[in-house]
Amino acid sequence: MNQVKSRRSWSLIVGLVIISTITLVTLISLVWLPYPIDNTDGGRLSPPSWSHLLGTDKLGRDLVARLMVGARIALSVGFSAVLIAGIVGLTLGMAAGFAQRWLDESLSALLDILIAFPTLLLAMLIVAARGSSLTSAIFAIGLGMSAIIARLTRLLVKRVLAKDFITASRASGTSWPRIIVLHVLPNIWPTLIVSFALQFGLAGLAEASLSYLGLGAPPPNASWGSLLQEAQATVMTSPIAAIAPGLFLVALVIGVNLIADGLREIADPTLRRSR
Amino acid sequence: MAKYLVRRFAFLLLSLVLASIALFVLLRIIPGDPANALLSVGATPEQIAAAQHEVGSDLPLIVQFLNWVRDLSTFQFGESIISSYPVGPEITSRLSLTVPLTLIAFVVAVAIALPLGFIAAFKAKTWYGTLLNGFSQLGIAIPVFWVGVIFIYIFALKFMILPSGGVPPEGWANIPGTLKYLLLPIATIALVMSSSLTRYVRSATLDVLGSDYLRTARSMGSTFTQAMTRHGLRNAAAPVISIIGIELATTFVGAVVVESVFALPGLGSLLVRSIAQHDYPVIQGVLFVSTFAVLMIGFLADLIQRIVDPRLISSSAGDLR
Repeated sequence: MNQVKSRRSWSLIVGLVIISTITLVTLISLVWLPYPIDNTDGGRLSPPSWSHLLGTDKLGRDLVARLMVGARIALSVGFSAVLIAGIVGLTLGMAAGFAQRWLDESLSALLDILIAFPTLLLAMLIVAARGSSLTSAIFAIGLGMSAIIARLTRLLVKRVLAKDFITASRASGTSWPRIIVLHVLPNIWPTLIVSFALQFGLAGLAEASLSYLGLGAPPPNASWGSLLQEAQATVMTSPIAAIAPGLFLVALVIGVNLIADGLREIADPTLRRSR
Repeated sequence: MAKYLVRRFAFLLLSLVLASIALFVLLRIIPGDPANALLSVGATPEQIAAAQHEVGSDLPLIVQFLNWVRDLSTFQFGESIISSYPVGPEITSRLSLTVPLTLIAFVVAVAIALPLGFIAAFKAKTWYGTLLNGFSQLGIAIPVFWVGVIFIYIFALKFMILPSGGVPPEGWANIPGTLKYLLLPIATIALVMSSSLTRYVRSATLDVLGSDYLRTARSMGSTFTQAMTRHGLRNAAAPVISIIGIELATTFVGAVVVESVFALPGLGSLLVRSIAQHDYPVIQGVLFVSTFAVLMIGFLADLIQRIVDPRLISSSAGDLR
C-alpha cells in the first residue's frame, strides 16, 4: 500500500516539474528571447550550433525563439479555453443539476448533442464562421469543452444533492446559495479540478491541430502546430525542427495528465486500492 | 427495447435538426456576405448585387433556411461558390477515400487494442504490463499529425519504402496501389487510436477482475475461463463499446488532420480548403455530412451497448446515455 502511494505522489511531482518548466520558459519568453521572433539573420535551415541551439527554419528564424513563443501560445490557449469551459460549463451544469424534470431533461439533451460533436469539428465550424485567429481557436475549443464540464458538473451536483446532509441543512433553514457555497462546491471541486487539468492538455492539442491545418494563430506568432506544419516540408534537411515541437506538445499533455492523476489520487483515496 | 429505440431515434432526429439550424445560423449570420468570395476589391454596387443574387444571399434569411433544409433532405448541398460544381457528388467522391481510411484504421486499432488491453490488465504486475500501460497513456498525449510527419520522415524519405502522400490518379480502380498509398495514413491513425483504446480495455478488464460477481462465480466452482466468458466479457463490453463509438467518431473527424499530413483528397482536405476559400455551400455540406456520421455512430453504439447490456435500458428515464 505504501509503495503504491509513493508512486502516485511521484506522478504528481513529475507532472509539476514538467509543467513548471514549460511555464518558466513561457515567462522568460515574455522578457527575453535568444533572437527577435522575426529575425531572419541566422541563415536558412542552418543546423544546430552554439549560436542557434536547434538551428533555424527555412526563413532563417531561430528555432529556440519560435518554440519559446509556441509555449506562450500553448499555455495561454490552455488557460483561456479552460476558463471559458469552466465558466460556461459550471453555470450550465449547476443549472441542470438543480433544475427539475423538463428543464433538466432539455438541458441534458442539449449537452448530449454538444458532446456528440468532436471538439475539432466544433472548432472548425467556429473558425469557418469567424475567420482563423487565436481568439476564434480559444473560443471554439473552450465552448466545445464546456459541454463536457457541464455534464460532469450536473452529474456531481445531482449526486451531492441526494445526500442526507443537504436535506439536513435545508431543514435547518439554510438558503440555497449558502448550500451551494458551503456544501455543493467543496464536494464537487476535487473531481472538477482533475477534469480541468485533463482539458487543459486537450486544449493544447486541439489548438496545435488547428494551427497545423492553418486555422489557428496567424504568423509570426507560430504555435507548435504551425511550426510542425512548416517543418514538414524540410524534414529531410532539418528533422529536429519537426521533432522538437511535437516533443513539447507531448510533454505538455503528459505533464498535465500526471498532475491530474496525482490530484485524483489525493481527492479520492479509494482509488489507491484499485490501481 | 422498442420504447427505448423510439426515444433514442427521436433524440437522433432532434440532434440533426438542431445541428442543421446551428450550422445555418453560424455560417450565415456571423461572417460577411458569402458573395464576397466572388468579388474582387473595389467591386461596383451592381457587381455586388449580381454576386449576391447568384449565391442567393439577397433572399430573406427564412427563405435561405428553407432552401437549405430542402437541399439537405435530398442530400443535395447546392453548388460550390468557387468552382460551381455540385457539392453532393464532390462529397461522395471524397467519402470514397475517407470512409475506407477511417474504417480500416479503426479495425486495425481495435484488433491491436483488445489483446494488448487484456494483457495489460491480466499481467498488470509484470514489466511488460507496465510497459503496455505506458503505451496506453501515450495515446491522448501524442498529436496524430506529429506521428504522421515522423512516419513520412522514416518510411518515405529516409528508407524510401512507402510513398509520402497522395493517391494514384486512377483511385480505387487500382486497389493494391491505393492501399499502398494509404498504408502510412492507416498506420498513423491506428497507432494513436489503439493506444487510447488499450487504456479503456485495460481499465474495463481491471474492473471485471476486481468484481464481486467474478469472485462469486469462481467460488461456486466455475473455472476462471468460464467465469470470464459467461460474466466478465458482457460486463466489460458495455463501457468499451461506448468508448469505441466515441473513438470512431473522433477518428472520422481526426482524419481531417491526417488527410492534410498525407495530402489525401478526402473529406478533410475538402473542408480545410473550403474554409480557407469561404466556400459556404461546401463547408455546410461537409460539416453536415460529418455531423450526420458522428450522430449515427453514437446512435448505433448506444443500441449495440443496450443489446449487450439490457440493464442500461431500464436505467433512469431521463438519461439517454
